[in-house]
Amino acid sequence: MIRKGRASGREAGRSAVAMLRALLGVLLMAAAPLAVRAMTAEQAHAIAVGDSEARIAALKQAAAAGDARVPVIAQALLDGAVKVDATRAYLVQPDGSAVEAASGQPATPPDEAEDAIVNNRMRGELDAVLAALQLRSADPEQRRAAVKQLRDGADEAMLPMIEQALAAETDTALKAELTVVRARALIASSDAAKRLAAARALGEETDPAIRGLLTERLRPAAEGGESDAAVRAATQRALDGMNDRLAWGERAGVLFSGLSLGSILMLAALGLAITYGLMGVINMAHGELIMIGAYATYLVQNLFRAHLPGAFDWYLVAAIPVSFFAAAAVGAVLERGVIRFLYGRPLETLLATWGISLILIQLMRSLFGAQNVPVENPVWLSGGVAVASNLTLPYNRIAIIVFAGLVLGGMALLIAKTRLGLFVRGVTQNRPMAACLGVHTARIDTMAFALGAGVAGLAGCALSQVGNVGPDLGQGYIVDSFMVVVLGGVGQLAGTVYAALGLGVVNKLLEGWAGAVLAKIMVLVFIVIFIQKRPSGLFALKGRSAEA
Amino acid sequence: MSHTRTTRRFALHAVAAAALGLAAPFAVQAADTIKVGVLHSLSGTMAISETVLKDTVLMTIDEINAKGGVMGKKLEPVVVDPGSNWPLFAEKAKQLITKDKVAVVFGCWTSVSRKSVLPVFEETNSLLFYPVQYEGEELSKNVYYTGAAPNQQAIPAVEYLMSKDGGSAKRFVLLGTDYVYPRTTNKILRAFLKAKGVAEADIMEEYTPFGHSDYQTIIAKIKKFASEGKKTAVVSTINGDSNVPFYKELGNQGLKATDVPVVAFSVGEEELRGVDTKPLVGHLAAWNYFMSVPGPANKDFIAKWTAYAKAKGLPGHKDKPLTNDPMEATYIGIHMWAQAVEKAKSTDTDKVIAAMAGQTFKAPGGFMSTMDPENHHLHKPVFIGEVKADGQFNVVWKTKGPVVADPWSDYIAENKGKKNVPEKK
Repeated sequence: MIRKGRASGREAGRSAVAMLRALLGVLLMAAAPLAVRAMTAEQAHAIAVGDSEARIAALKQAAAAGDARVPVIAQALLDGAVKVDATRAYLVQPDGSAVEAASGQPATPPDEAEDAIVNNRMRGELDAVLAALQLRSADPEQRRAAVKQLRDGADEAMLPMIEQALAAETDTALKAELTVVRARALIASSDAAKRLAAARALGEETDPAIRGLLTERLRPAAEGGESDAAVRAATQRALDGMNDRLAWGERAGVLFSGLSLGSILMLAALGLAITYGLMGVINMAHGELIMIGAYATYLVQNLFRAHLPGAFDWYLVAAIPVSFFAAAAVGAVLERGVIRFLYGRPLETLLATWGISLILIQLMRSLFGAQNVPVENPVWLSGGVAVASNLTLPYNRIAIIVFAGLVLGGMALLIAKTRLGLFVRGVTQNRPMAACLGVHTARIDTMAFALGAGVAGLAGCALSQVGNVGPDLGQGYIVDSFMVVVLGGVGQLAGTVYAALGLGVVNKLLEGWAGAVLAKIMVLVFIVIFIQKRPSGLFALKGRSAEA
Repeated sequence: MSHTRTTRRFALHAVAAAALGLAAPFAVQAADTIKVGVLHSLSGTMAISETVLKDTVLMTIDEINAKGGVMGKKLEPVVVDPGSNWPLFAEKAKQLITKDKVAVVFGCWTSVSRKSVLPVFEETNSLLFYPVQYEGEELSKNVYYTGAAPNQQAIPAVEYLMSKDGGSAKRFVLLGTDYVYPRTTNKILRAFLKAKGVAEADIMEEYTPFGHSDYQTIIAKIKKFASEGKKTAVVSTINGDSNVPFYKELGNQGLKATDVPVVAFSVGEEELRGVDTKPLVGHLAAWNYFMSVPGPANKDFIAKWTAYAKAKGLPGHKDKPLTNDPMEATYIGIHMWAQAVEKAKSTDTDKVIAAMAGQTFKAPGGFMSTMDPENHHLHKPVFIGEVKADGQFNVVWKTKGPVVADPWSDYIAENKGKKNVPEKK
């Protein structure tokens, strides 16, 4: 609930107004003890089925009467656990047994009983009934949820109830939220002074829903907007202030989506930075190595589902090494079988690897079918964290950014600090000299290529969490990968990192401004021009290179 | 089996069919069969939607053959894969018609593929049965449109969003894949919304390329747009596998149906397979059929499909069989064609067209489906469904009865006075 349900239910909130107004008179004004009147089966049936208008009326009536069955029925309707026949409504329990809705007595729904259908409007009303009850709950969490419901729909008629709740509230944070709700209710008040105070109070807010409200108030007076000039000015100020604050959320959002795209580009291009950047192999099958990593993730997911359903949420952890080694193995075979005969012949390499990419795509089609395969997000990667009222960062994207950072760190360490890295650098810089010093260059080539392929596999594992997994997965990334490596400058990792992140952010900025189709074109044009001006990319490799 | 050019895929199916011991004898002379072309993308971005239609055609052909075929002849499917590649559609169509000599072709999903094959069918005077909802603005005598025209899907859906039950939406985001169907549909919807008094500033139009997979910017834009005024709704004409990342992002960003409902025209049970639908509860789709539609005809259809999917081991469907609107439209189309051929006693295009007028068929959706005597479209009821937690749809609104198609939408000014009748060539 808290993970996923950050965005407030605006419509639900609006209906909350109506609902709560109805409840108001009975529940809060009347000092009489709650009379728990028994609901009739007909009433329960009227709530569960029929025309929305009539159902809502029946629901309000039952809620106003304070019947103890109302929250039970409302929750069951929301959960889709209600069946109806011609005269009765039945609540279906999790164990499959059923009770009659109004009485709670065990009953068996007839075979022709159908599921009670709840549309968005009805769902909003049901949420509102539950929120109204929660507002008086002893549990502050429940009260908070109720205030959230109220937030977007409060109006003047609800003031007494809000005041009452405000007076009874002990939690300071909730008290503050209720104050906003009160201001929200007063913005359309008939008293100009109250409207003015409310406009000032709302000026501190950052809820996007309130922006909509203020915008509405600022329509021309003839269309029902604010008529008093002073209040209008205050409202305008409040809206401007709010727009300024919300603009930061929006900017941060663009930056985050740019980083997210950048991290994906970086993962896709890192492997290529080794095979193409360091070794000089134009590997057109790079995208297919990514695809193999994604399919490996899919297979691990299926294994977990079949054999370890309890640990299903952690299949991804196991999928990381599997996708690495699967792609690395294919890469090693490629290198040993084909590419090693083609070193120094870029055109042949290009054609051969392109052929291999087609073979790999067809192989996957034959093995898994041409359709995409479903890769599920584990629960801990679903949903997102709301860092601002108008900015939610999805967990899967955060995870990929972190993962990309880890892979990059690992790679940098491997190249800079390990013996293998030393050999790779040695062989790529001066092959004959390295061979003279006893380095088994052929073996180093294979290992370096397998490493690049393995990193591509890791990219595939990450991509399976945000995109589709199908035989054509790699085709979409091969151009992007080459773009990143070429733009960054061939021969080193740092350029790849800057190019990937830069392209990601630029792409997202352009996308927000010109749309996805144009943005893609503009980025390509930009890169073409850039490469014209600086053929060696952002960071040209300086110093002496044997092959340069 | 015939020795003419058949694809390997078809050969496999044929072997499977034979192995299953269906009523068909093992070796049928080419002359004793009527060849039927199947032109659906089995790879590429549209495979997510179209593969299942190919299987629906094969199932229906098996069903018709088991009952003795058409005019005493067995139907023989010729399956090709145009691979979501629009020019390839035309090539494959030509191959089906001129080399394989098929009597009729069932195929296409995207309008761009239909536009690509249209000249081929008109030139060779052959028949195409097109089973998917589309934008209208086209009426060829060589095509039968068994999906919905805009007034059988898009317009009722937007009317529903504007109604009280639909949330009284006042602002609209028209979001689509960048090709002819979404662009034209949105043109019609824009004109419709204007006619309903929605201001230009309250409509936002956005397009993404085919196969687009990063919907962060789009969702952020929708959120911003929704916070700038009254109740907002999104009309999605996103097609193909882009829908999976779109709905994933929608769920992850917590955009709820009670805040901003999304109504989709190309998303059904099949496209939502593999998407976690729990955060998506309440988002909508408009179709002329849902798997959840009650009634014996639908039960029967689902049972047939389930048995077929299990027998053939169709990936995905063998464990979780799903049916959807274009499958129903495909099923109706083949049966109507078979009935028309029986009536015309010929597979000749012009004779079949004459016999198609007014054909009726008991549709799985539970109504009597009628082919309009003139306009090559079916009379269909309209359903609006809300996504449930299990990926199925709750029908929350439907028309009283079948609606007559209006391919030349009156909301586009140039269409005034255009008759819904194919022009005689």
